[in-house]
Amino acid sequence: MAINTYEFDAIIVGGGGAGMRASLQLANSGLKTAVISKVFPTRSHTVCAQGGITVALGNMHPDDWRFHMYDTVKGSDYIGDQDCIEYMCQQAPAAVYELEHMGLPFSRTASGHIYQRPFGGQSVNFGGDQAARTAAAADRTGHALLHTLYQKNLQAKTHFFTEWYALDLIKSTEGGIAGLMAMCIETGEIAHFKSRATILATGGAGRIYESTTNAFINTGDGVGMVIRAGFPVQDMEMWQFHPTGIAGVGVLVTEGCRGEGGYLVNKNGERFMERYAPHVKDLACRDVVARSIAIEIREGRGVKANGVDAVLLKIDQLGADVINSRLPGIRELAITFAHVDPIKDPIPVVPTCHYMMGGIPTTMHGQALTRINDQDHIIPGLYAVGECACVSVHGANRLGGNSLTDLIVFGRAAGIHVENALKKGDLPQQTVDESQIDQALVRVNRWNNNKDGESFHTIRDELKKIMQSDFGVFRDGQYMQPGLDKLDALYARLQNAKINDHSEVFNTTRIEALELDNLMAVARATALSAITRTETRGAHSREDFPDHDDVNWIKHTLYFGTEGKGSIDFRPVNRQPLTVEPFQPKARVY
Amino acid sequence: MLNHVHSVTNLGRSGVADWLIQRVSAVVMAAYLIFITVFFLTHPNVDYTLWSTLFHHTTMRLFSLLCLLALLGHAWVGIWTILTDYLKYPIARGALQSLIILAFIACLAWGIQTLWSV
Amino acid sequence: MTTKTYRFSIYRYNPECDVEPYMQDFSFEAPSTDMMLLDAIEHIKVQDETLTFRRSCREGVCGSDGMNINGKNGLACMTHVSGLKQPIVIRPLPGFPVVRDLVVDMTQFYKQYESIQPYLLNDTIAPAVERLQSPKDRAKLDGLYECILCACCSSSCPSFWWNPDKFVGPAGLLWAYRFLADSRDNATQARLGALDDPYSVFRCRSIMNCVQVCPKSLNPTKAIGKIRSMLLKEAV
Repeated sequence: MAINTYEFDAIIVGGGGAGMRASLQLANSGLKTAVISKVFPTRSHTVCAQGGITVALGNMHPDDWRFHMYDTVKGSDYIGDQDCIEYMCQQAPAAVYELEHMGLPFSRTASGHIYQRPFGGQSVNFGGDQAARTAAAADRTGHALLHTLYQKNLQAKTHFFTEWYALDLIKSTEGGIAGLMAMCIETGEIAHFKSRATILATGGAGRIYESTTNAFINTGDGVGMVIRAGFPVQDMEMWQFHPTGIAGVGVLVTEGCRGEGGYLVNKNGERFMERYAPHVKDLACRDVVARSIAIEIREGRGVKANGVDAVLLKIDQLGADVINSRLPGIRELAITFAHVDPIKDPIPVVPTCHYMMGGIPTTMHGQALTRINDQDHIIPGLYAVGECACVSVHGANRLGGNSLTDLIVFGRAAGIHVENALKKGDLPQQTVDESQIDQALVRVNRWNNNKDGESFHTIRDELKKIMQSDFGVFRDGQYMQPGLDKLDALYARLQNAKINDHSEVFNTTRIEALELDNLMAVARATALSAITRTETRGAHSREDFPDHDDVNWIKHTLYFGTEGKGSIDFRPVNRQPLTVEPFQPKARVY
Repeated sequence: MLNHVHSVTNLGRSGVADWLIQRVSAVVMAAYLIFITVFFLTHPNVDYTLWSTLFHHTTMRLFSLLCLLALLGHAWVGIWTILTDYLKYPIARGALQSLIILAFIACLAWGIQTLWSV
Repeated sequence: MTTKTYRFSIYRYNPECDVEPYMQDFSFEAPSTDMMLLDAIEHIKVQDETLTFRRSCREGVCGSDGMNINGKNGLACMTHVSGLKQPIVIRPLPGFPVVRDLVVDMTQFYKQYESIQPYLLNDTIAPAVERLQSPKDRAKLDGLYECILCACCSSSCPSFWWNPDKFVGPAGLLWAYRFLADSRDNATQARLGALDDPYSVFRCRSIMNCVQVCPKSLNPTKAIGKIRSMLLKEAV
């Protein structure tokens, strides 16, 4: 089969918030830009973000981006890079005003300014009173943001390759990335996308867990591609479990519910967060609240709902007016998926896998990094933004509302950087290593040709079970090591697994199988990184190492995965901000 | 913008005009119908003399002509919509539209002749 | 736990091997707890991997899994199986070319959406901060901006079936009004000017199929009525 080549100045893989913010920047600068997305762009997972985008606008009270920075550093449990966090918090207001100018329908205060609600882990004056810093469009902020960006990209005439699936990166003979191979889902056509800059914006991989708020499409494709290309991924042990996923279903219930005044109760009706976080109670960081819920359930104070143990999120005290105006989407989801109307009854919730703090290590301009002989090296031609990237601004625990901030600020930053680099000639067209093209087709050929092995469904189910039981909210070396061994065995079986649909036209089974390769890569990276980090930090909570170890572990884990096995390296955390004094690690009390 | 559809055969040359023509013509026809109904109710024994006296008034002739025009306009907007919905072959649609236009002109001429020959 | 038999009749068509489409029966036993239709279809796909459909968020926000369920358009992920008469008959969204099984070609739908310039137009210089908008003006966007482009509405609209290339359709018009209603948009004249032909808006005959099927409980007919009023005010 002849392989078509499409050539662009910049190619973005992924049509979510980060990808489309980057593409907008580039398309508006007149560069030939293409977005490859495996779903129609507005079906990307950004659409599910509910509560809002955290930014120090100061619309509800005097605020300062430095307070936002302090909260983010503290929330990250001090392994977020402080220079990048500083950049994000400082740039966020401008980036959010741009969104407003693009037409994003933010909710408004009485004075007509953007409405901001309180979210967990937010304070003014460096740990003082609760702040209200999360700018919101009701409880549909992600939807509003994603549609706005898609619309502006239409206006900017960005070229979309919709329902194209990225297979693998193409390495250049210079050691960088010269584009990628992708498959048209509708026709099965495979094409070579040649580009001077490839920006990965492929989102998270929450589908490695059984219970997840993530969409079906969140399969870590970018992470898988980078690992296969021989480059590292960072902090992959750090997975956020959102405290409030609807029990048994996994559908997200925004932290904004608690921001607006909702709270959690156990089966005795006790507002138990008062015991775990006396100061901010239900608005402690997500890792703290998720762990508290898990303890309540473990100690027998949960309720049974949808066949699982849960606690209850009570928002009826807010009244019908507030719920209908500020949380209308939540009410709809609760009625549909939990069979409760939150105006009257509490919603059964349980900690649910939500966000991948780790990912492809990058500079604050989105340039992907590798590590050679204890030195960072920029990978020529490769960028990563959004959830698939690890800048790192979220460290060991992301603050609610900071994911949209991350998408917008770093999507824009990467766009600007590529734009300038292309104009200055800093991103030359690299030489395609032809053998790489065949290499990138190995996986497709494997799935096309394997006809006798076991079903890929079996492997996917087992993978999720292992991750859920051995790498969940609480972790312990005595379970994780056997868990990793099981994953390794599963990896070997995966090489011989088969699919039962070998057609070319819209073969979603083949796509699911290709996605499973990526889920496997993410799961193994998570497992080895989690075993390696012998301490408790942020979302990584080890029962065999229950304490922080600031002496040895304020550093990033790097995972390299080659055929068959993975290896670990480390990177220092940047604790030197650009303009402000560094924030020193201390115990996180909420 | 991309969508704007140019049509030479719709009556008002714009969607708003067509929409308005249909509403206004409906009002005219309704008024005419009410007038005639009231006329018959208040005149239980209508004979030729009475009927022709009524139509000797120029106002009545004009009112009737107006109603006829309203009827034809109203019908044209409706028929045009139906033809463009269901008849997807331009030549057939054009031919049918021409036939209907001729029929409408004939109706109009006949109507005028009738009204002014009483 | 008691189990129940679920029966389905699903539209099948694979252009690579089928001369024409056909309906295929499926059934399975499952606990009689409530299940969403998407979960059921996923379950069937494990039995028959060739069954093809789109899905993404599984919570009614992304708009991927619009399909015709027992004769009515809806999102599989938000439809409770318990409320459906069996066998559950599932077909692709009507009025679109079928790519394969339940996957349709939505090009025409997206083209109509693009035709109304679905982005804020404001040629004044943007302030350094946000453009102010009163809560009252912002409330005018409620019931409009929530559209997820699932196409359940447009594909249940006969006017859209007959003139998919000329009638914007309920979804596109809902978006058109979302920008007409936005106090921050100042291209009202141009927007209205592009909609006053006999097709774009006026093919709507207010039969309200769109309102009946919208999984987000939006009301495109009402939005179309508002556009028509604005056009009339302009025209007279």
